Amino acid sequence: MGYGSIPDEPEFGAGSDAPAQVTPLSDARGHRVASITSGIAANAHVEYLLRLADDRLILGQRLSEWCGHAPILEEDIALANIALDLIGESSLLLEHAAALEGAGRSNDALAFLRDETAFRNVQLVELPNGDFAVTIVRLFLYSALQLPLLEALERSIDATLAGIAAKARKECTYHLRHGADWVLKLGDGTAESRARAQAALDYLWPYAHELTWGDAVDDAMTSEGIAIDVRTLNAAWRANVERIVQAATLTMPADGWKATGGRIGRHTEHLGHLLAEMQVLPRSHPGATW
Amino acid sequence: MVAFAGAPTAEALWDVLATVLDPEVPVLSVVDLGIVRNIRVDATGTEVTVTPTYSGCPAIQVIERDIQSALERAGAFAPRIRTVFAPAWTSDWINPAAREKLRAYGIAPPGPRAATADPLVQLLKRTPLADVPCPYCGAAHTELRSAFGPTACKSIRYCPSCLQPFEAFKSI
Repeated sequence: MGYGSIPDEPEFGAGSDAPAQVTPLSDARGHRVASITSGIAANAHVEYLLRLADDRLILGQRLSEWCGHAPILEEDIALANIALDLIGESSLLLEHAAALEGAGRSNDALAFLRDETAFRNVQLVELPNGDFAVTIVRLFLYSALQLPLLEALERSIDATLAGIAAKARKECTYHLRHGADWVLKLGDGTAESRARAQAALDYLWPYAHELTWGDAVDDAMTSEGIAIDVRTLNAAWRANVERIVQAATLTMPADGWKATGGRIGRHTEHLGHLLAEMQVLPRSHPGATW
Repeated sequence: MVAFAGAPTAEALWDVLATVLDPEVPVLSVVDLGIVRNIRVDATGTEVTVTPTYSGCPAIQVIERDIQSALERAGAFAPRIRTVFAPAWTSDWINPAAREKLRAYGIAPPGPRAATADPLVQLLKRTPLADVPCPYCGAAHTELRSAFGPTACKSIRYCPSCLQPFEAFKSI
């Protein structure tokens, strides 16, 4: 199934939504993705898509570990739903990356047959779930950045990425609301829930900085109009986080050391264990289908 | 071209696909849900454009398989499915008759899509979310129990008037 070709001409029936008029991220109107899929730009493009996809795949895998274990049934369903959204988004992004890569690998091969150092997710998402506070504060910190990022990516000149981002943005709105709602409830709740929420925030904050880490890949994507530079979202993201943290009567942690390395394949000891569990079936039974 | 002489027209195929039911909401067809965006029949074959509801919807593969086999059974000329993500699916594409079918089935139909609002601002200002009438007794006021339900497209609500929990289609 090809997800790649978004029509240039409107072909949707009367009564359907026409694509909204948006300002592209690049002034290079008419600039087609095909014309830049060579050399460094193509590598950066694939690399960028892997970063977006791997964050979602690994966080989705972590959230799915709560299935059957969440504090209440509604939360079990909520976390499983969010995991499903994230894994679905990663599947689409990996399919797009695989097509651009042109090496004949499928999205499943990218998800299940890459080793730890080939993953491009931030370390934040691979950390163990911890208690419910760690899980929910992480979801909040992550989603608070994704919402503005996805809004920008909807204007990407990469039409496939723009389409995936438009869909993911709607889903992210639910994820962010859910995460922030719980941060408010835990922080402004009992002494126990407040202490746990603060401990979770203190633990995660050094890792959260990596969400707005950028390098030459971001430079290339920004100059091509494929993506926005995630570093430019740092101030707005931080302001949003602080608003919720303060309303939750929690305290923003001081900035100290900052985790880096996930985007270039340097991970914590936790990712290997996660991958072992996630990948065991397709590696033990290559090509298995059902 | 005569290769497809006698094969069903796009118009006839809309009727065929109106009988293909969503596996998770079996009271609605893929046409009711607005998943089928376009049907084009030309000399190269029959192309059905579909737009999935949610990125992670596990039903989409079953839906695409069901559409493909319905097309083949109807004798469509060289049928194929094309998946398109833009514009993104919206619950506004569910047609009015389908909304009534949902309600009669016990699932509250989606309200009109709200203007894009910052969820953090909504939370901090305690902006009330849109109310959803009870699909059983019609009471105007019901309570949200969980924004996430048994499938990606639904939330769980409770009616304090008739004491009935129910599923509501999300407005997205």
